Amino acid sequence: MTDATTSTPAAKIDRDGFPTRFRYWMMDDPVAAIGLAVLIGIVLCAIFADWIAPYDPTLQDYGAMLEAPSAAHWLGTDDLGRDVFSRLIHGASASVYAAFLAVGVASVIGIPVGLIAGYAGGWTDEVISRILDTFLSFPAIVLAIAVTGVLGIGLTNAMLSVGIVFAPQLARLARARTLVLKQELYVDAARCFGASTATILGRHILPNAIQPVLVQMTLLMAVALLAEASLSFLGLGMQPPDPSWGSMIARAYIYAQIAPAQIYAPGLAILVTALAFNTVGESLREALDPTARR
Amino acid sequence: MLNPLQRRMLTRRLLQTVPVLILATFSVFMLLKLLPGDVAITLAGENASAERIAEIRQNYGLDKPLLIQYATWAWNALQGDLSSSLLSGEEVTTTLARVFPNTLFIVCYAILISIVLGVPLGILAAARAGGLADRMVMLLSSIGVALPNFWIAMIFVVAFALNRTWFPATGFVSPFEDPLRAIWYATLPAVALAASGVAEVSRQLRSSLVEILQSQHFRTLHAKGLPFRSILWKHGLRNVSVNLLTVISLLVNRTLAATVVVEVVFAIPGMGNTIVNATLQRDFPVVQGAVLAMVLTVITVNLVTDMLYSVLDPRISQQ
Repeated sequence: MTDATTSTPAAKIDRDGFPTRFRYWMMDDPVAAIGLAVLIGIVLCAIFADWIAPYDPTLQDYGAMLEAPSAAHWLGTDDLGRDVFSRLIHGASASVYAAFLAVGVASVIGIPVGLIAGYAGGWTDEVISRILDTFLSFPAIVLAIAVTGVLGIGLTNAMLSVGIVFAPQLARLARARTLVLKQELYVDAARCFGASTATILGRHILPNAIQPVLVQMTLLMAVALLAEASLSFLGLGMQPPDPSWGSMIARAYIYAQIAPAQIYAPGLAILVTALAFNTVGESLREALDPTARR
Repeated sequence: MLNPLQRRMLTRRLLQTVPVLILATFSVFMLLKLLPGDVAITLAGENASAERIAEIRQNYGLDKPLLIQYATWAWNALQGDLSSSLLSGEEVTTTLARVFPNTLFIVCYAILISIVLGVPLGILAAARAGGLADRMVMLLSSIGVALPNFWIAMIFVVAFALNRTWFPATGFVSPFEDPLRAIWYATLPAVALAASGVAEVSRQLRSSLVEILQSQHFRTLHAKGLPFRSILWKHGLRNVSVNLLTVISLLVNRTLAATVVVEVVFAIPGMGNTIVNATLQRDFPVVQGAVLAMVLTVITVNLVTDMLYSVLDPRISQQ
């Protein structure tokens, strides 16, 4: 992870603007391009759910319960006669909201803590590192369940607790990068010119430490998505009648004897989205770090 | 058996666990403090009498300073007193003693499957790095990591318990009562849990094996005319076998968390169902006790694998 790339082709790419670099990245890794397209599609679904979905996701039709896929209902209907396809599209917003909220909370807590621990060193670092170790030994979902139970059941509380559980992972990465960066000459120079600690951390260390953190954030999106699905499945996340992929699976499972096909669509949606986040994350890691090649 | 360096290393590692233990137990203790409003009233449940609330306040020492409360709680916990369920009145330690072995059984079973399937797949991928087998294994492992395990559990139930009745759809038999039936009942949940475990093990093993096979001393072995087969089996695997320990300790943490959800699918009377039901019914002493038990398990496993690691790999303790 050294920056000694002055004469390599990577240096040329570094001089180009963001659009050019982005184009290089996408051409270099078509699978990641597909992943990114999937993610953009899901975000669009989440934003424009009301316009895309053919039915109201909470509209019940007792004349058409647990129907098989048809022209009217592309993915059939659930036990209350609600259109599964519409619920799937609206479920995307729960997933997107959950993933961004959890990773957002994790980075707002984790990144500053990591920067401070790495930069301050000594006792501050020792104490913060022990706290991070402790939280890393909590099984994530278990802590999220307990915190959700205490704070009150609901999607926002559930994802806040997931975010808190994720924070140490980002803090650790930020800390490790800061330990290396604080010995760089330009950081010394900034200090000599009388820059405050906040300026050094924010303007000189953070921009250079952010790359591995960004990669981890993308990968955590997938974990957050799976956590949202699990918590909603357990009844601790999204509350009825609002749709979430996890709660759709939970509901469909009750009727697995009569209509087993109902459990496939929401699960596939979760799988594809998580896979897309992971693909983009892994590809971003390789694109940003020229030493990591397959 | 151990040299002084190793002994010093182990002592250091043991001492490092002490602050983690204190912090972890303190966080678990603080869970109840996050409750909005008066904890005593929440713990007493609805329609509790004033005396009952006063009694709870006294029992939990809620009128004393925070650190004293923590010390009392930790001291009681050390003696196996984790208070009792608000609903059934059963001692939390009794509940845990009943359900935890079931969870451990399934977790161990799942980890065993992860290793038995993951290790050969990882070796296969590394031996033909870049080839078709490698691509297939990596693709499967990408999917395995992204699969919601409760969903794959349901698909297994539909396929192997409802459509074909090869395995029971729900339920659990204790391995102490009937080991064979216990394995039969636990197979679907364990395989569902192992989906991500196999992915994790094969991915980690592949990457560390590929790294070692590309290193200088393996180039030397190759130059000396040693066939690839014996380089891989005799030298490569010996070098990565210690890495497996790290993967296993990681797996324990992940699998323990994942069982919580999978247990609900199969209605297994384990930690997962206990913690989820207690959370939904606001039975906080049970939630607290269950979280404590799981965290302590993870910390212990981390400690043991780290210590084994430093004993098995002499390079670590020499640093």
